Amino acid sequence: MRKLLILVAVLTAVHGALLFVHPSGAAVPPTGDAVDVGIVFDLGGRGDKSFNDGAYIGAERAEKELGVRVRFVEPGESADREAGLRLLAAEGMDLVIGVGFIFTDDLTQLAREYPNTRFAGVDYSVAQDKDGKVIQPPPNLAALKFREEQGSFLVGAIAALVGKSKKVGFVGGMNFPLIHKFEMGYAAGVKSVCPDCEVISQYAGVTPEAFRNPGKGKELALSQYQQGVNVIFHASGSTGLGVFEAARQTGKLAIGVDADQFKEAPGYVLTSMVKRVDNAVFDAIKRVKERHFAGGIYQYGLAEDGVGYVYDANNAKMIPAAVRTRVEALKADIVAGRINVPSTK
Amino acid sequence: MNAVDFLAQTLRIAVPYLLAAGGGVLSERAGLIGLSLEGYMLGGAFCAAVGSYYAGAPWIGVVAAIVGGGLLALLYAVSAIRYKADQVVVGIAINLLAIGLTRFFLRLIFDSSSNSPRVPGFDLKGSGTGFLALAHNPLVWIGVVGIPVIAWVLYRTPFGLRVRAVGEHPAAAASVGVPVVRVRYIAVVLSGMIAGLGGAYLSLDQHQFTDGMTAGRGFIALAAIIFGRWDPMRAGLACLLFAAAETLQIQLQGTQAIPSQFVEMIPYVLTIIALAGIVGRARPPAALGRTTSE
Repeated sequence: MRKLLILVAVLTAVHGALLFVHPSGAAVPPTGDAVDVGIVFDLGGRGDKSFNDGAYIGAERAEKELGVRVRFVEPGESADREAGLRLLAAEGMDLVIGVGFIFTDDLTQLAREYPNTRFAGVDYSVAQDKDGKVIQPPPNLAALKFREEQGSFLVGAIAALVGKSKKVGFVGGMNFPLIHKFEMGYAAGVKSVCPDCEVISQYAGVTPEAFRNPGKGKELALSQYQQGVNVIFHASGSTGLGVFEAARQTGKLAIGVDADQFKEAPGYVLTSMVKRVDNAVFDAIKRVKERHFAGGIYQYGLAEDGVGYVYDANNAKMIPAAVRTRVEALKADIVAGRINVPSTK
Repeated sequence: MNAVDFLAQTLRIAVPYLLAAGGGVLSERAGLIGLSLEGYMLGGAFCAAVGSYYAGAPWIGVVAAIVGGGLLALLYAVSAIRYKADQVVVGIAINLLAIGLTRFFLRLIFDSSSNSPRVPGFDLKGSGTGFLALAHNPLVWIGVVGIPVIAWVLYRTPFGLRVRAVGEHPAAAASVGVPVVRVRYIAVVLSGMIAGLGGAYLSLDQHQFTDGMTAGRGFIALAAIIFGRWDPMRAGLACLLFAAAETLQIQLQGTQAIPSQFVEMIPYVLTIIALAGIVGRARPPAALGRTTSE
């Protein structure tokens, strides 16, 4: 008993002493002049070679070119996401960015709680009220959205023109409206150059797990290739790595998404529908730095160079010149508003 | 779509289920809930990728997966048997631990939070996707032959008799000199090793580990064990049934004949039906989950 008492006393003393110790080097409080930016990544995190890495590249560029300070938070499981945003907001960051649609509700909530902090959400999904009218995000929140359907339209045209089999494939991750944008744009692109082509569309599941299931992606892709599909476009996160694996095994082609995925399966990745998350993130930081940040909905489409398709030294020999010309003409039509790409089912 | 493609795809999907369920049956029959099969698989998948990456040979990956799955299972066994922790709580904790550990080491070893680089697998170049490719993959053989072997061990060997005894009535088993604790440790560690092989199949077939790649397959295997009434052969058939349903869903999804949500529910709905006693009585091992009270 006496030992226990001594132990408690010692611990209490140590605890008291620690209250007066200031850790050095940790958590430098944000200062007035420099711009502090906090970024919370989505599932997948850094190294996903996709939009998290895109956000990272954009932020790094902002660090170099604009001299801002950036802090990254990589949440573990879903529960830490809101905590990560809240931590950054509470630390008085000038701009807090959530990467991924999954942050939508948390960002909206925090933007209301911290009206003096600026927020930005990549892929923020804008809600609609009963009459289909768009509900604007809070005034200190910028929704960075992409016109995925426009980029998907172009890769759809490429898939149909290069595939040559009247059947093209699509593998989606989670079956929900954000991914439907990819599917609908893609299907419209296919039909624009090949009206009698069939688009086989499949989804890996109905939960966010469907973005992390390469085994399922591979089986979906194999069954499509067996049905005579020659090119598959995936919009399914790391599930798509299974689609690439299936392409390797069958010697057929796949189209990457979000970032240039050529390196995942060199020779089997026809092109990639890229989302320039880096540009969107850089823009948002720049607006804060230049003191004209405003909330609202920002759309990044073909015209803004927010989406596009990859055509470079790696895949130029897989895309014939005639196809390239045709696709560039379609791109000009979309930018000029002559083609309206559908984005919903 | 022809029958051969259908069967080949069913088998490809079934292999990880078969391995996880085969291991899980051993653990459950010894009285320890197989709630952490998902974690063993994930750990096995990661170790397989690391082993295959560094050794340049998939066989080393397989050995690493056995070790990795076995270690996680040992941790479960120590917590549940030695320290009498609640099996459900520890089981879930092991799954979370596997998620965290794989992500941590993925970052440490490969500097990515998402996936490993490409690693060697078992597939034969140009063997296509049919039975030839499957026959070339030893893990497929282990998965298919493993189930009858586990059934034989469980029903025809002294060790199997001891496993069943400690799962039904540990006190009675102890009174005739069965080393209850040791039998349970062995059964649980074996279950982790075998389930780890299921994970190895996933990552070696994919030629890389990706974060969270088991995607709930361990729970499907657990559902198969319950639906198969804790019998290895029946559990194996349940795995094949679930895999066939998934294949059907993949084949029919293009035609929108069945909403995919329904097919994803099948294993769990069947498990509830089995537990409710609609198709024969599903009676779990009497001492299942009760290591705390002994």
